[in-house]
Amino acid sequence: MIEIDGVSKIYDGKTVVDDVTLTIEPRTITVIVGTSGSGKTTLLRMINRLVELDAGTIRLDGEDNRTIRGYELRRRIGYAIQGHGLFPHQTVAENIGVVPRLIGWGRKRTDDKVRELLSLFQLPPEQFISRYPHELSGGEQQRVGVARALAAEPNVLLMDEPFGALDPIIRSRAQDDLLAIQKHFSTTIILVTHDMNEAFHLADKIAVMDAGRLLQYGTPEELVRNPANGFVEAMIGVSERPFRLLSMGRVAEVVEPGEATGPAIDPGASQQEALAQMLWTGRRAAPVISPEGQVAARITLESIFKRAKGKS
Amino acid sequence: MPLSRDVFLKGHIDKLGVLIAILAAYGAWSPFASLRANRIVQGEGFGLFSALPAPMAWLLVAIILMGSLVALFRREASPRILAAATVLMALAALVGEAAAHLTPSENNYARVAPATGFWLLLFAFSLLAADGISRMRPDPKLRLAYLIATVGILSLIILSGAWTDLSVMKEYAARDDVFWREASRHLALALGSLGAAALIGIPLGVVCERVPAIRATVLTTLNLVQTIPSIALFGILIAPLGWLAIHVPGAYAIGIRGIGAAPAFVALFLYSMLPMVANTVAGLAAVPRESREAARGLGMTSAQRLFQVEFPLALPVILTAIRIVLVQNIGLATIAALIGGGGFGTFVFQGLGQMATDLVLLGALPTVGLAFFSAVVLDALIDMNSIVPARKEAR
Repeated sequence: MIEIDGVSKIYDGKTVVDDVTLTIEPRTITVIVGTSGSGKTTLLRMINRLVELDAGTIRLDGEDNRTIRGYELRRRIGYAIQGHGLFPHQTVAENIGVVPRLIGWGRKRTDDKVRELLSLFQLPPEQFISRYPHELSGGEQQRVGVARALAAEPNVLLMDEPFGALDPIIRSRAQDDLLAIQKHFSTTIILVTHDMNEAFHLADKIAVMDAGRLLQYGTPEELVRNPANGFVEAMIGVSERPFRLLSMGRVAEVVEPGEATGPAIDPGASQQEALAQMLWTGRRAAPVISPEGQVAARITLESIFKRAKGKS
Repeated sequence: MPLSRDVFLKGHIDKLGVLIAILAAYGAWSPFASLRANRIVQGEGFGLFSALPAPMAWLLVAIILMGSLVALFRREASPRILAAATVLMALAALVGEAAAHLTPSENNYARVAPATGFWLLLFAFSLLAADGISRMRPDPKLRLAYLIATVGILSLIILSGAWTDLSVMKEYAARDDVFWREASRHLALALGSLGAAALIGIPLGVVCERVPAIRATVLTTLNLVQTIPSIALFGILIAPLGWLAIHVPGAYAIGIRGIGAAPAFVALFLYSMLPMVANTVAGLAAVPRESREAARGLGMTSAQRLFQVEFPLALPVILTAIRIVLVQNIGLATIAALIGGGGFGTFVFQGLGQMATDLVLLGALPTVGLAFFSAVVLDALIDMNSIVPARKEAR
């Protein structure tokens, strides 16, 4: 658990982070969104003390982060940044092994970990271990960057716009990979972005910041249904609201018994995808495949309508 | 056929080859060696056919012709290197032969030296060798191998006695003990001042990079030192070092004097500081911001960041400084002889004083060779340490 308690940061008389309090549950993904200059990156960097806070406290599992030396704290917390920040003079294996070496893992253990992570990120170890960063594509560099952040098995991973430099297709794949990795390691992830779609795709909870203040902190659904103010509403996008709600729900949540014609829909697909398919094929209902592979249920436009409705 | 016509029209003749051929033709026409009655009088030039026995002269002409044709018409690297090497080895062997041929028997005063023609041919085919090697884009290890081969061949020629009758070697024979003493002094001056400059300049560069406030002051001061002419700097140092030698206990004992090696060492050291400090600052400043940020974020201490990330990334630029300083110091150390600092300069200035060109060459040739040798070795080191561009080129 990470408790950020009344934290402020002042640069040259200007308050960049203003009395922020939020508690991050373990094994969840929290996304901090805001425009540039909102203080979101500063807040993130105060957690691993790349920036020292001026007021308040940050506790990691109850322990004040100022009781630990800065560099020791940072070795325990994963850190990935935009543009990957790989060391150009080190191979992929050396890059990933940086923190294990710093904390004195043996050669064998580090080596095994490097191979494990590379396989997990779908980078065949034999092919990648001795390559240099400039020999990789942008997506591969980014994956190695995240693998490096996870090498010493940290409980907490901080990510500062990690996908900012990727093109849209690779970016959405990287986001899916991150969700899978988070499930695999149960890491607590705090990610900073200005991309609202990314936030909705990844977050268990979203924190919206503006001008150093925390405007709202809640689940994506809470944000859409009850935005704290006009700024949060504008960030979410007024015309996007029903679709954001549908994108968070799965087809399985709204199936009903009955029959329908046409191609079937997967119960794990999002309700937004189901709506799109039904609009595209001009159907008011579509069959849903059960996990056993049989068609015994359907999804209707009516149920999607209900689900997408915000206020009466 | 259109293809061959095309090749013909575009001129399959290499431009540099034309220059080399003209130089070679002019060189072959010019006096190959000169004979002087003694070491200081004007010499008399001898063309190829009078300097060498006829069969050897014809052989050399044939080899030069072959080399020129390769220079003109073959653009691939290996024939050019092979041709250049053949001509250069023939030149090296036959200039010694000319010396033996021209020296009157039982005459210890006569001097035979290579003349204009020899130097032109040497220049022309060194050009061809350099061109061939650069076309081959050899990796650093291969370049070092070429260098070692060249040094090896030169040593073999000298040890074999083929050049014994050449004037420079006669000057050497008269001074072989002094030569090696001055050589070691020259190296000690150049390398010692480089070592001191690296030891002090690199840390100073690190400090300058981290503390912008002192950076401008340090660099301006070092820039100012750089503008002082070398002889003036030697002169300026005489007074303070002389004072130190007299007034500071122990200073005289460790070799500090107003003249001699001490001021030369200090002057070379001062000249070395600007490249060392400036390149360290530039090299560290060029370390990618993301790499520094990541190094800190991953939990490296500031010393670990310096030694594991910043230094390795700045190393090629720092090595470039070492290359600049070493080549510069090998040259400048020659002037140290003027204030009694020793080194190859001793022969140069003695030779100038006695109007003995051969003695000047005895000092100048090793200096040039040494500078060239260091430049090649350090260039190879720089390439080996800059992983990124070297590997990109290799593809």
